[in-house]
Amino acid sequence: MVKVKVGMADLCALAHPGILTTLGLGSCVGVALYDVKTKIIGLSHFMLPSSSQSKSNSNIAKFADTAIVKLLDDMIKLGASRETIQAKLAGGAQMFSFTNGSDIMRIGERNVISARQVLKELGIDIVAEDVGGNYGRTIELYSLTGKLLVKTIGHGVKEI
Amino acid sequence: MLNFENLTSFQIDVLREIGNIGSGNAATSFSKMLGKRIEMNIPEVKIFDFKDLSEILGEAETVVVGLLLSITGDVQGFILFILEYEQAKLLVEMLLSELSPFTGEFGELEISVLKEVGNILSASYISALSTLTNLRIVQGVPEIAIDMAGAILSVPAIELGKVSDTVLFIETQFMQDENTITGNFFLVPDLETYDNLLHALGVLD
Repeated sequence: MVKVKVGMADLCALAHPGILTTLGLGSCVGVALYDVKTKIIGLSHFMLPSSSQSKSNSNIAKFADTAIVKLLDDMIKLGASRETIQAKLAGGAQMFSFTNGSDIMRIGERNVISARQVLKELGIDIVAEDVGGNYGRTIELYSLTGKLLVKTIGHGVKEI
Repeated sequence: MLNFENLTSFQIDVLREIGNIGSGNAATSFSKMLGKRIEMNIPEVKIFDFKDLSEILGEAETVVVGLLLSITGDVQGFILFILEYEQAKLLVEMLLSELSPFTGEFGELEISVLKEVGNILSASYISALSTLTNLRIVQGVPEIAIDMAGAILSVPAIELGKVSDTVLFIETQFMQDENTITGNFFLVPDLETYDNLLHALGVLD
């Protein structure tokens, strides 16, 4: 079976059977898309909420808005259809608890909010989430069932 | 604005030298703190794509202790000091030995010991950097996280991600021979700040 590692500011769409994984998600967010009919899967590991607020936006996999649209596009090219795609979210943690309250500390939360917004605009339902907290996550998305495995250090393993 | 990909090899040499002077001073403080000899490697200037970033310390899932300090003033950005989990234990054990023995767990005392290590190392690094460049650099309070390397590295990476598609680290390794404690020290200036740094050293028009 194909197993593809998706890095930071990276995305990948894959036909069944396959596994997509991303290691050590911190404040970034992993958006896992699953087409229940064709079992085509897609994973985006984006870093920032919006491409319009950045001076450097040539890598579209870096931002929630552009990354999710591109991922959906790639999945549709493989034969998936938007109507049967479901989404799961993981990540968006606050790794360090800074006291000076600068906005970089809320970046995880803002990433999650942005992902929800973008998916809503695209008409894709979010069926499960494991977001927030102050710890990192490794995720694995399986094409067979669409399950998303979330592994942590000291906060257990779960399936969503 | 400066672009990491366009740095000349001379400018990279200068950044390496900045790392060298900062780390040299930090190594001296480290050595005094431990009462032991500390060695360091020649700092490396590394430019990465974000997608490869989480693996620079080995595996993205390796558990590490990360100490993050913000820097402000004429140079803005972060300092990140990363120790592998087992090595952080060793370090705490060495520093606590006489007062109160280390229990093997990271409690409040152990955490504050590690933060203080971060504080002292960064202060020495920054003071050397500040003297060299004649720039005003202010260091923030250290914050700590014990987690996957990739997750910890994502914090400075996201900040850089706003202005760049690559990330530049000035990385130094410290080694305490007997106990082979290796720490990775990263200076992560904002993109705009490179101009200030390189201007101050007269290597940018």
